[in-house]
Parts: sequence; structure tokens; C-alpha cells
Amino acid sequence: MVLTRTPAPVRPGPKAVPAAAGLAATQTRRTLGLLICLGVLAVVCLLSLALGTRTISPGAVWDAFFHFTDTDDQSIVRDLRVPRTVLGLLAGVAFGLSGAVIQAVTRNPLADTQILGINAGAGLFVVFAVGVLGLTSLTQYMWFGFAGVAFALTLVYLLGSTGRGGATPIRLTLAGVALGAVMDGISGGIRLVRPRAFDYLRFWDVGSLAGRPLDVATTILPFVLAGTVLALVVARSLNAVALGDDLARTLGARIGRTRVLATVSVMLLAGAATAAVGPIGFVGLMVPHVVRWIVGPDQRWIFVYTVVCGPVLLLLADIVGRLVVRPGELRVGVVTAFIGAPVLIWWVRRARVSGL
Amino acid sequence: MSVDFGRKVVVLRPHRNASARVSLRPALVCVVLVLAALAVGVLTLGTGEFTLTPAEVLQALSGEGTRAARLVVVEWRMPRVLLALVIGAALGLAGAVFQALTRNPLGSPDVIGFSTGAYTGVLIVTVLFGNGYYVVAAGALAGGLATAVAVYLLAFKRGVQGFRLIIVGIAISAMLASVNQWFIIKVDLQAAFAALLWGQGSLNGLGWAQVTPVAVTVGVLCLLLIGYGPRLSLLEMGEDAAAALGVRVEPTRLAYLVIGVALTAVATAAAGPIAFVALAAPQLAQRVTRTPGIALVPSAAMGAFLLMLSDFLAQRAFAPTQLPVGVVTVSVGGIYFVWLLVRQARR
Repeated sequence: MVLTRTPAPVRPGPKAVPAAAGLAATQTRRTLGLLICLGVLAVVCLLSLALGTRTISPGAVWDAFFHFTDTDDQSIVRDLRVPRTVLGLLAGVAFGLSGAVIQAVTRNPLADTQILGINAGAGLFVVFAVGVLGLTSLTQYMWFGFAGVAFALTLVYLLGSTGRGGATPIRLTLAGVALGAVMDGISGGIRLVRPRAFDYLRFWDVGSLAGRPLDVATTILPFVLAGTVLALVVARSLNAVALGDDLARTLGARIGRTRVLATVSVMLLAGAATAAVGPIGFVGLMVPHVVRWIVGPDQRWIFVYTVVCGPVLLLLADIVGRLVVRPGELRVGVVTAFIGAPVLIWWVRRARVSGL
Repeated sequence: MSVDFGRKVVVLRPHRNASARVSLRPALVCVVLVLAALAVGVLTLGTGEFTLTPAEVLQALSGEGTRAARLVVVEWRMPRVLLALVIGAALGLAGAVFQALTRNPLGSPDVIGFSTGAYTGVLIVTVLFGNGYYVVAAGALAGGLATAVAVYLLAFKRGVQGFRLIIVGIAISAMLASVNQWFIIKVDLQAAFAALLWGQGSLNGLGWAQVTPVAVTVGVLCLLLIGYGPRLSLLEMGEDAAAALGVRVEPTRLAYLVIGVALTAVATAAAGPIAFVALAAPQLAQRVTRTPGIALVPSAAMGAFLLMLSDFLAQRAFAPTQLPVGVVTVSVGGIYFVWLLVRQARR
């Protein structure tokens, strides 16, 4: 673990370089890498507008925005593909970043939205909305998902921070696992006694970007923005927290405040994304891992890279899902793992693995 | 003569050349847990459509009492109680082994994808061959073992480092979970519901035919664990420390992995993936016994008690509706876990 944090971490990486030259080289490398990632994201967005059951030429995509003449192709782009791509962008940012923040706060590389009971909370509230209240439309039970995430995280945080010592990573993690399990158990029970709810929810469980109007994306936009800003603000303090509570305190970090802010940011990000597209698991787990291997342990860079790489993975998975079983579609929640897992395995076999 | 171990310790010396050091608190906790599990077991034997008092149950068990009582207790309800105890202990042990190996409180057999793989196997055989008991058990075994072997091989590169094993396990489980989700939304509702039921883990419909193979396998695996002695707690101290203390790290770790997976495989094949026992039992046991690391025997006792109690509640809570025991294990284990955390925080 690197100790210095200002102005930027000096990290004698695998290829040891002289310290002064190394700092500049590392920063250049990181900035260049970020630009490349942004380029990839732009290409992926374009592909997401152009590819699908019906392939649309880049020219027609261009026309749909700037010379709209109401042809079929142009309508498809404007009414179906744009909402889907925007939603994919937002959800990708939200899932990826929430995963990165959770891993930083709990200091556990296994942590993801599952661990803090987030998916379980959303699942429980949605199961309640569908199974007990009988709601059936996405826009109705979407808010239950959000409320479930907020409920679960608040409970986990309160439980994890009772007593002396406050919310240590291990207590937060265990509290999340325990409460998540209880909520999963209850929603499993509801599903078993209400098969109709189970029938709806087996589709919600997978997660999908398709069939959501642009309204859904604009509704969650403020939450995702606020969560992202909050995460980037606490990134610096999280760097200190990574050294362990005692050391962080001696370095002047305000641990309690950092944890609360980070938890609120996770609540906003994961709540919004889960409500809009369902619990898509793998993005938040994998993207921060791969990013950490590229940029090293500085949370500020990890978060910025995650913001760019999260949507790349999610949109790529969505595009592949549209193409592999044409004219049908595979849901994005099914595809993400198939895109991400081989990359993760390849990486863990070749890289010098960095823990947390 | 007296050494301060920092905790109360009893030295047993049955013979001049044989002695054993037993920590008082863990030993007492184990005894209490086992007695509690047996008491719940007797209660379970007595409740149901044909109600018996605990006294009548004990009579029936000792071969007295009416024929009807003996039939109900010994032939019908006994196998289920025995299986709950044995499977619970197996899951507790498997969890302890994996948490010590990965040195992570979230480590469980699920880490190397066993349960997810077993679920995939079951979904495939259910779609292809229907859902008879032995077909499903075979599918679970094949799927789980294939997944575990695949994860081990993919993580192997001049030895299996703990962290790499976890990451590869996550990746493979995530892929298989996708496959499972795809199956669940593709097959018709009835098949999906059957898979959901199996996936919760249940002791419903188990009889004497399942007791012997499960008990024998778990017994053999326990003997193997005893044979390996204290190496697990040495490995838990880290690879370097263990190697310095004379443990051959790689073969020992492989042996423990095999034992842990085999314990999970037996439990899953018999009753489906019962959630949370493997995860919670070692942590709960550690908190109650206040041992410094993960301890095997208390974990097993805690697992048996948790599953026994959960199964009692699963049968009785919403009677006559029989819940799958997995739905209850997560609730019971989770609430107990929450209580322990709160209580620990107060001190």
C-alpha cells in the first residue's frame, strides 16, 4: 500500500523507474489511458445507436439527430435506441461507481452491491409491491426498488455502526450479509406463496435496458449525478481510509464523515440504477477490479476510470445481447458476466494481482 | 506446571503418555449446542399431523410405546432429523474450511462456484430428463464438481494463490448465474418454480434411503479432517507462516479444498443448496466460543444446531404449508447474526 497521497501517489510499479520521472510518466500514462477509454466509450455509444435487430448505417444515425425526416430507421434511433443508450450510460456509471465505493469503504475486494444487502433490499420491496400490493407496471414499482435500497443501506449502516468503534469495514460487511440474507429469505418466502409475483420477478431479477422510455433515464439522472459528485468528493479521504482506521485518523481523515458520505453516494447510485434496470450484478464487482490493476490503488483515478469503463461494459453487453440471437434478444443482465468474466480471468492470470 | 493460555484450559491426561488440552469455553459451547440440537430434534419428532409428547417420542425411540408411534417417529420422521443434523454439521465444516483457506469471512463453498454450478446442473437435467430425486441429485453433483474443478484449474498457475482462486471463482459463478437466469426466464413457469423450490434447499421427502450414504460420506470426510490435524489453523496464519512452520502449502490446500467441496457436494446432492449455514456457522461459532481463529468442531456443532432449528421452524411456522428449509436458515441465521453483532457492539 502506498503511503503518500499528495500531490499524487508515487508508485514504483513493476517496471521501476526513477521517482521524479516516474511520477510524471505515471500521470501521463493514466491521462492517456483515460482518453483511450473515453474514445472506446464514444465508439460503443455509436454502435449502440446503430446495431440491433435492424442494422442502421452511421449516416442514418446522424440524420436522425440533425436531418430528422421521420423515416423508420430514424424513428428507431430516436425512440428506441437513444433512450436505451442513455439509460445504459447512466446505469453503467451508477453500477460501476457504486461497486468501487463499496469496495473502498469495506476494504474488501469481494464486496459488491450484493454484500451490503442492496439487491436484497430492492428485491424485497419490489416483491412486496408486486406480490402483496399487486402493482404490475415498471414505473410504479421502480420507486419501491429505490426505497428498498435506501432502507437496506440505512439499516446496514445503523447496525454496523452501533456501539464503540463505529462502522468498521468488517462490521459493515457482516451486517450487510446478515440483513441481506434475512431480506432474501423473506422475499423468497413471498415468492413461494405468490407464484404470480414470482413470474413477474424472474424477469425483473435479470435486469434489462430495453423498453424503458427516456423519462426513466431523465428521472434517475439527478440521483446518478449527485451520487457521482459525492463519490468523487470523498475519493481523497477514502485513500486515507484504505490505510486502516488508526493510520487514517492520524493523517487527519474524518473517518465517520467519509463513511457516511460514501454510503449516501452508494445509496443514490445503486438505488437509481437498480430501480431503473433491475439488479445487474457483475459490473460493480468487475470494473473496479480491472481498473485498479490499470491505475493502481489511488481511489481518485479508480473512480474516474470506473465512471468511463462501467458504461463501456454495460453497453457492450447490451449490444452483444441484441446481436447474438437475432431477431430475439438476450437481456443485458445475462450477457454482462459473459463479456466480463473471461476478461477478469485472463487478467487475474497475467497481472500482478493487487488486493485492497 | 500451570501455563496461562489466556483462557480457561483443562488438560486431560487419561494415560501417562497421552494428554489433550481442551479449552473450556469452546468445549462447553459445543456440548450446549449439541444438546440444544438434540432437544429440538426430539421436539421435531413429536410434532406434525400426529402429535406426540417428548416422553412418548423417547419411548418410541427406545423401542417401547405404541406401534403407530414407533412407525411415525422412527420410520417417517427420524431420517429427516438425522439428515438435518448431519447436513448442518457438514455445511458448518465446509464453511469453516473455506473461510480459513481464503482468510475471508465471506469465504464459503460458493466462492469457488459450487452451488451455482450445482444449480446449473439441476436446471439442465430438469429440462432434459425431468425432476426425479436421483436425477436431480446427480445433476447437482456433476454440475457442482465440474465447476469446482474448472475454477481450480483456471486459477492454477504455479500453485493456487488464495486471492486468484476467489476472483476466478467470482467470474465463473457470475457466468453460471447468468446461464441460470437465462434458463429461469426461458423455461415455462412450472419448471421455473420447481427449480426455485430446489434452489432454496429443502429436507422435504428425504427418507432412510438417503441417511446411510450421506452419513457415511460425511463421517469419512470428518476422519480425513481429523487426520490433517492443526494444519488448517496454520494455513489461516498465511502461506509464508504456514510454510515456515513446516506445512507443505500447495498439497495441503488442495486436500482441504477437496474435503470442503466434497462436504458441500454431499449436502447439496441430498437437500439442495441450503443457503447461509456454511457462511454463518463458522462466524457465529467463533463469536460464541471466542476462539482466535476459525474452529472446526464448534462450526460443525453450530451448523447442526442452526439447520435443526431452521427445519423445525420450516415445518411448523406456517403449518400445514411446508417451507423449504433454506428460506428459514437465512432468516434464523441472519437474525441471530444481527443480534450477535449488536450485543458485541455494546461490550
